[in-house]
Amino acid sequence: MADLVTITIDGARVSVPAGTVLAVALFQAGVVRFRRSTRGEPRGPLCGMGICFECRVTVNGRPHCRSCQTLCEEGMDVRTDE
Amino acid sequence: MSNRRLDFDVVVAGAGPAGMAAASVAAENGRKTAVLDATPWIGGQIWRGQEAKRSSRAAGRWLERLRASGAQILRCAADVAAPRAGVLLAEAGDSSLEISWQKLIIAAGARELFLPFPGWTLPNVMGPGGIQVLVKAGLPVAGKRVVVAGSGPLLIAAGAELRKAGAKVVVVAEQAGFSDLVRFAGSLSRSAPKKIFQAAQYQLRLLGVPYRTGCWVTEAQGDQKVEQVAIRSQNKTWTLPCDYLACAYGLVPNLELPRLLGCRLESGAVQVNSFQETSIAGVFCAGEMTGIGGEDRALIEGRIAGYAASRRRDKAERFFKARKRARKFSRAMDEAFALRDEVKHLARRETIVCRCEDVSRSRLEVHDGWRSAKLHTRCGMGPCQGRVCGGAVRVLFGWEHESVRPPLFPVSVGTLAGADADTSPQDKSTRP
Amino acid sequence: MKEIRSAGASGLSDSYDAIIVGAGIVGAASAAECSRAGLKVLVLDRGPIGGGSTGSAMGHIVVMDDSEAQFALTSYSRRLWRRLAAELPDDVEYDPCGTLWVAADEEEMAGMLRKKNYYEMNGARADVLDEASLAAAEPNLRRGLAGGLCVVDDAVIYPPCAARFLLAKAQEDGAEVRVGVDVISLSADGGVRLSDGTEISATLSVNAAGCGSPALTPGLPVRKRKGHLVVTDRYPGFVRHQIVELGYLKSAHSVAADSVAFNVQPRGGGQVLIGSSRQYDAEKSDIDQDILRRMLRRAVEFLPGLERLSALRSWAGHRPATPDKLPLIGRSPWNEKVWLATGHEGLGITTSLATGKLLADLITGRPTEIPAAPYSPERLSKGDADHG
Repeated sequence: MADLVTITIDGARVSVPAGTVLAVALFQAGVVRFRRSTRGEPRGPLCGMGICFECRVTVNGRPHCRSCQTLCEEGMDVRTDE
Repeated sequence: MSNRRLDFDVVVAGAGPAGMAAASVAAENGRKTAVLDATPWIGGQIWRGQEAKRSSRAAGRWLERLRASGAQILRCAADVAAPRAGVLLAEAGDSSLEISWQKLIIAAGARELFLPFPGWTLPNVMGPGGIQVLVKAGLPVAGKRVVVAGSGPLLIAAGAELRKAGAKVVVVAEQAGFSDLVRFAGSLSRSAPKKIFQAAQYQLRLLGVPYRTGCWVTEAQGDQKVEQVAIRSQNKTWTLPCDYLACAYGLVPNLELPRLLGCRLESGAVQVNSFQETSIAGVFCAGEMTGIGGEDRALIEGRIAGYAASRRRDKAERFFKARKRARKFSRAMDEAFALRDEVKHLARRETIVCRCEDVSRSRLEVHDGWRSAKLHTRCGMGPCQGRVCGGAVRVLFGWEHESVRPPLFPVSVGTLAGADADTSPQDKSTRP
Repeated sequence: MKEIRSAGASGLSDSYDAIIVGAGIVGAASAAECSRAGLKVLVLDRGPIGGGSTGSAMGHIVVMDDSEAQFALTSYSRRLWRRLAAELPDDVEYDPCGTLWVAADEEEMAGMLRKKNYYEMNGARADVLDEASLAAAEPNLRRGLAGGLCVVDDAVIYPPCAARFLLAKAQEDGAEVRVGVDVISLSADGGVRLSDGTEISATLSVNAAGCGSPALTPGLPVRKRKGHLVVTDRYPGFVRHQIVELGYLKSAHSVAADSVAFNVQPRGGGQVLIGSSRQYDAEKSDIDQDILRRMLRRAVEFLPGLERLSALRSWAGHRPATPDKLPLIGRSPWNEKVWLATGHEGLGITTSLATGKLLADLITGRPTEIPAAPYSPERLSKGDADHG
C-alpha cells in the first residue's frame, strides 16, 4: 500500500497515494471543470498525454501546470478554474 | 535555473516500445546510451502503467531488458530545441539539459486525431487513448456510462479497459463500415488483421460491450459537462445519455522533432531507409513516426534503429522480414479505418476548432491557408502549438503545417535562455 | 467587410489611380488614406495580409526621439492611432498601456531626464519615476534600477489584424484588394507587371513592399534587419506597460554589430512578448540560437521572474531599414510615376498611419500636417549612383 500524501484542492484537503496523477486526484475529488478557455468556457482533460493543455491547473502558485503530467506530492496546493 | 551538459553516443527521444527497444539494443552493444521521455513514465502510451502494474508480458520483458542494458533513463525530460548540430536541448523540471549525441533515434510516438464536432470541448469529452491512460492511473469510472466513438483499433482497447474498470460502456461506435473493415483483411493471404479484428470483437462481446460499425457521434450535449451524445448511423440519429464520451479518429505521429531537424517526410510520416535512418545523417526514426503501426512494428523498428545506430547492421537485417510483415499489416489497417466524409464535416459554424484560442470554424474558413489563419485568428498559436487543431484543419481545409520552430513544447524562458557561461566552442558552420 | 478575392480571375482591365504593392500595415494604411482621399486604389500582395514584417512585429505604438524627424513622425502617428482607437475592432487588441523606459544607473537616469524635457517640450507627456515608483508601477522589475520614464500615451496593438482592418476601411471607400498576386516590376507609366506577365495600368504605383521593396525599385537602400521574438503563455498583470531599456535606442541606432536590447510588451490575454534583437546580413528567418539566448538573458536581467514563465513560441522576422533610420515617404527620385512608402525599420507599426496620411497628402497635393521633407526619397538621389 503506497504512502498517502495530503494535497489541497481549492482549499479542501484530500488524501491520495503518493505519486497519484494529479488529474486523477482531481477527478476523484469531484472536479469536472479544470480550467476556463479564453472565452470563459469550462474545460477538462482531453488527451490524457500532455499535449492538449486543457488539464492545466495552478500548482503551488505556478500556473499552467498540466495535471495529467503532475504527480501528487505532500503539501501540494492546487487551484482549479483559473 | 541550473543547466547540465550530458554526452552520449546514442540518444533515444521517446520511451515507448520503439524507444525502449532502440535504447536497450544500443546499450547492449556497448554504446553510451540515454533514453528520454517528457513524462514521468516509461512505456509511452501503449505501455502506460506497466511499471507499476504488469499486465503485458512484452512490456515486462522490455522494461527488464532496458533496465539491464545500462541505458540511462531520463524522465520528465522534454526535448524542446536543437540548438546546434548533434545537440538536443531538453527541459527537465527546473533545469535545462544540453544533450549531445552521435546518433539520435527519434521514437516520439503518436497522438490522437481529434475532429471537431458540436460540444467536443465539454468537460468529460476525451480521447479513447486519453481516457484509457487516465483509467489505468485510477480515474474512477465504476458505474459510469461511457460512449466510445471515432475510429481505429484503439476504440476496442479503450472499450475493454473501461469495461474491466467497471464502467458501463454504452457502445463502441466505429465510423468505418463493417465491409470496409473486413475487405482488406480478406484479401491478405495471412489474414492477420482479420484474425486480430475478430479476436478483438470477440473480446468485446465477452465483456458485454456493443460494437457498432458505420456509426459516429454527431454532437455532445450538456451544460457544464457532457450529459448525452447524439449518434448517427445510416439515416438514423439517436441520443445516448452518458457521463463520459471518449472520441477520436485514429492516431497521427508526433513529427515535430524530425521536422525541426529537417528530416524528409512522405505521406505524413518520416521517410527512412532500410536501417531506419532519415534523410539527415545520424538521425533515425522508429515506431509510429514512420507510419502508425502499433506495438509490434514499434519493437521491430526500434531494434533495427538501435542496431544500426550501434553499427550492427548484421543484427538489424535479421528483423527486415518481420518489419515487412508489420508494415503490410499497418497499411491494411490504415485502409480499413479510412475516415468517411461525414466525420470530416461535423463542425458547425460556431464549433470551436482551435481550443487554445477559442477559434471557431467560421472564423477559419475565410482564410486560404495556415499562415493567414494563424496570423489573423491565432489558431495554432496556443500552448498545444497546433497539435490538437493541426490534425483537424488538415482534414477540414487541407492545410499543411509549415516550418517548425523551437520550442517544440512550451518551456520555461530560463531553459530557452540557456546557461550562464557558454564555454563550449560554437561551431556555427554546422548549425542545423 | 468585403471578401478579399484571390487573384487568378480575369477582369483586370480597369485602370486605377494608384496601385499599392504590399498589404502590410504600411500598404494598408496608405490604401485607407488614399481611398479616403478619393483615389481608386488597387492593393496587391503575395499574401497573407500582414504576412511580412507586420506579421513578425512587436506591435508597439511608441514615440521615439532618436532624431527630431523621428520624433515628429512617431508623435504625429501616435495621435492618429489614438483618434482611431475607438473604431478598432477587438482583434486589433489596442491597449493604451504606455511605455516605461528603464534606467539601470544614475548615468542613464540623467539621460532619462533629458529625454523627459525633450518629450514635454514637443508636446508628449513623460513622467519621471524614481526607484520606488518604478517598482510600484512594475513590481516584477528587478530591484536596484535607478528609475524610469513613463510615456503614458503610447500603446500596443496586434498588427496583422490592424492591417486587415485598415484594408477593410479602404475597401469601404472603394479600394480593391487582391491577394496571391506576385508583382515583379513597377512600370515607368505608373502600372505594374505581375509574375504571370499580366500588366495592370494605373496613374501611379506605390512601393510599400517593406523588405521586398528593393526588388521592385532596384538600388533602393533598404536592408533587412533581423529580429527575434518570444511569446509566453498567459500571465495577466505580469507586466502592465511596454517596458524598454534605454539601451534599446543604442541598439536601434547602431548600423553594424549584432545587438540585443530589453523590450517586453503585454499582449491581450496576458501573454508577454519578449524582444528585441537586431542583426544585418542575416537573410533567413530561422532562429539564431545564440542571439535568442542573449536576448532572453538580457530580458531576465531586468525581469527575473520571466525565467519561470512558460515560453510558447519563438520566431524571427526582418525590418526594412534605411541608412539614416528614417522611412522613405514620397515620390521616387528615379521614376516620377512610382511612390515609395517603405524603410520603416522598427517603427512601421507606429508610423503606418502617418505614412498613409502623408502619402495621400503628397499625392493629392494637399498640405501635410508635418513637414514631409525629412522622409522624402529625394534625399537619396544626392550623391547616389544612376538608377536609370
